[in-house]
Amino acid sequence: MWSVIVEHLEEIVAVLLFGIGFTTLLLHRNLIKKIIGFNIMDTAIYLFLTSAGYIEGRTAPILKDGVKSAAAYVNPIPSGLVLTGIVVSVSVTALMLALTIRLYRRYRTLDFDRITLMMKGEDD
Amino acid sequence: MAFVQNVPFFSIMLCMVCAISSAMLGRRAARAATLALSAVLCLINLWLLVFLKQSDMSYTYSMGHFPAPWGNELRAGPLEALLAVCFSVVVFMSLLGGLHKLSEQVDDRKQNLFCVMLDLVLAAMMAMLYTNDLFTAYVFIEIMTLAACALIMARQNGRALVSAMRYMMMSLLGSGLTLIAINLTYQLTGHLLMENIHESFVALKAAGRYETPITVITGLFFVGLGIKSALFPFHTWLPDSYGYSTPAASAVLSSVVSKAYIILLIKIFYRVIGLDIVVSSRALNLTFAFGVIAMIMGSLNAIASHDLRRMVAFSSVAQIGYIYAALGLGTLAGFVAAIYHLMMHAVNKSALFIASSGLADASGDSKRFSDLRGAGFRYPVAGACFCFGALSLVGVPILGGFVSKLYISEAAIGHGGIKMWVMLGALALSTLLNALYFMKTVITLYRPPRGDFSPPPLRRGRARGLALWGFMLLSALVGLMAQPIINALAQGLRLFS
Repeated sequence: MWSVIVEHLEEIVAVLLFGIGFTTLLLHRNLIKKIIGFNIMDTAIYLFLTSAGYIEGRTAPILKDGVKSAAAYVNPIPSGLVLTGIVVSVSVTALMLALTIRLYRRYRTLDFDRITLMMKGEDD
Repeated sequence: MAFVQNVPFFSIMLCMVCAISSAMLGRRAARAATLALSAVLCLINLWLLVFLKQSDMSYTYSMGHFPAPWGNELRAGPLEALLAVCFSVVVFMSLLGGLHKLSEQVDDRKQNLFCVMLDLVLAAMMAMLYTNDLFTAYVFIEIMTLAACALIMARQNGRALVSAMRYMMMSLLGSGLTLIAINLTYQLTGHLLMENIHESFVALKAAGRYETPITVITGLFFVGLGIKSALFPFHTWLPDSYGYSTPAASAVLSSVVSKAYIILLIKIFYRVIGLDIVVSSRALNLTFAFGVIAMIMGSLNAIASHDLRRMVAFSSVAQIGYIYAALGLGTLAGFVAAIYHLMMHAVNKSALFIASSGLADASGDSKRFSDLRGAGFRYPVAGACFCFGALSLVGVPILGGFVSKLYISEAAIGHGGIKMWVMLGALALSTLLNALYFMKTVITLYRPPRGDFSPPPLRRGRARGLALWGFMLLSALVGLMAQPIINALAQGLRLFS
């Protein structure tokens, strides 16, 4: 049991973080905290992917000191995927923040439940 | 290699170039550029479709000439080309029909940005149709999500903003789950190209290894993309975002954006994981159950809504249910029926959104049923277009909806067993409910207006008239040409795997 936890520590942490992130995204009333939740959720996925791509004792695949054996290096694709994913989540965060500013200017609050209530009172 | 085989690459790049340059153009030039772009996309993809249909083949196109396991690939067959033609026509007509409201509802200086977002939606759709690489598909899922969110919030009223926020929250959860599924797929197979993944999955299945992870992957793809395409319990963002955004946006969202995710899911089930493995993992039972529930619940919600555009939006939920239920049968006939229904719905739903915005305009910009009485006489073309779309979705013979319901029931009968009875029952009940709310609306449109109601004079707009006629023609065409379309779909699916 204990050895399983130690061996899969990154995966377990990733699953926990994902849960924390998406419950915050869906259930928290504060818009900024929703965005933070989204970022935690995405980070959990990146941790999951990074830990799969990491092999202890190997380095990034950049030729160094003339070592040409493939066994000395890790597969660069998981890291590449994580980098792409980070770019995506940065742009999504920017858009969410812009949307939050719009909503704040209109309703003067960051509480999504109150915004929804105020919206229902509006006449289209 | 024939020159026409470059079309998938050109389609994606043209959209990207057009999106970037539209950001610098004025509003008129940007609108013209987007209209021209969708027309050009339609024509070149039609060219590709004719070529592929005649030569009865599909091919892969390696980007930058890097060989298979390393390079990025596109893949094209008759199915993808046909869908590309259909979606680009729909985008063209939706923008044409929505131009009038666009200049009313969106700030003059931001209309070119609206066009940029439409170009990006087109780019993402083309890429999702043609890509052969799972991670490229993920990147374009996100581009589609961001562009769709911007389309919703282009109209700056409170409801559109709030629904854009809701849309983002649900969508982000969906893309997160999809990304995990892609992660797991890569970890199990070590590949990102669809054919290579499929080979590994088949080998794993034959060796009897990793059965649970494969089931989990199938489920995650289904839930992730299901959330993004507004399958029933995850549809809460849909009615407001379709109902309160500008008409061009709601037409494109309902017809292209949600459909592109379904196409991607079909691609993943059919090409990446493989139909046999998906069927044996029993994930399709889930698809079927959700689809059937959506068919009924969407229609019930549509009956309960008091506002024309919300009603049309809720009817989308029901129609997406049809598509998922047909996919859930897990047979080739079911897939063909689902894809035909998807095309039919894309055409008719965008027609309904553009027509209902015209009808609302003819009634003093009100979408309430009490004000809409007699709108069909005040704006005859919009009334006729609405009737066409509504009758087609209800399933009146000759029109598209009838054909797709026929094929769905045939597929269900071919499947047999309990699923057949559930499907036929749900189809009958849902058709009845469809007829109930659509016929009620059509009758309202042609009832004499209340005595004291005098709406302001209507500005019809030539572009909108043209789009409404075009939609009617297209809807009739999809119905009348059902057999060639179905043949092309069957051929495409045969070449698909």
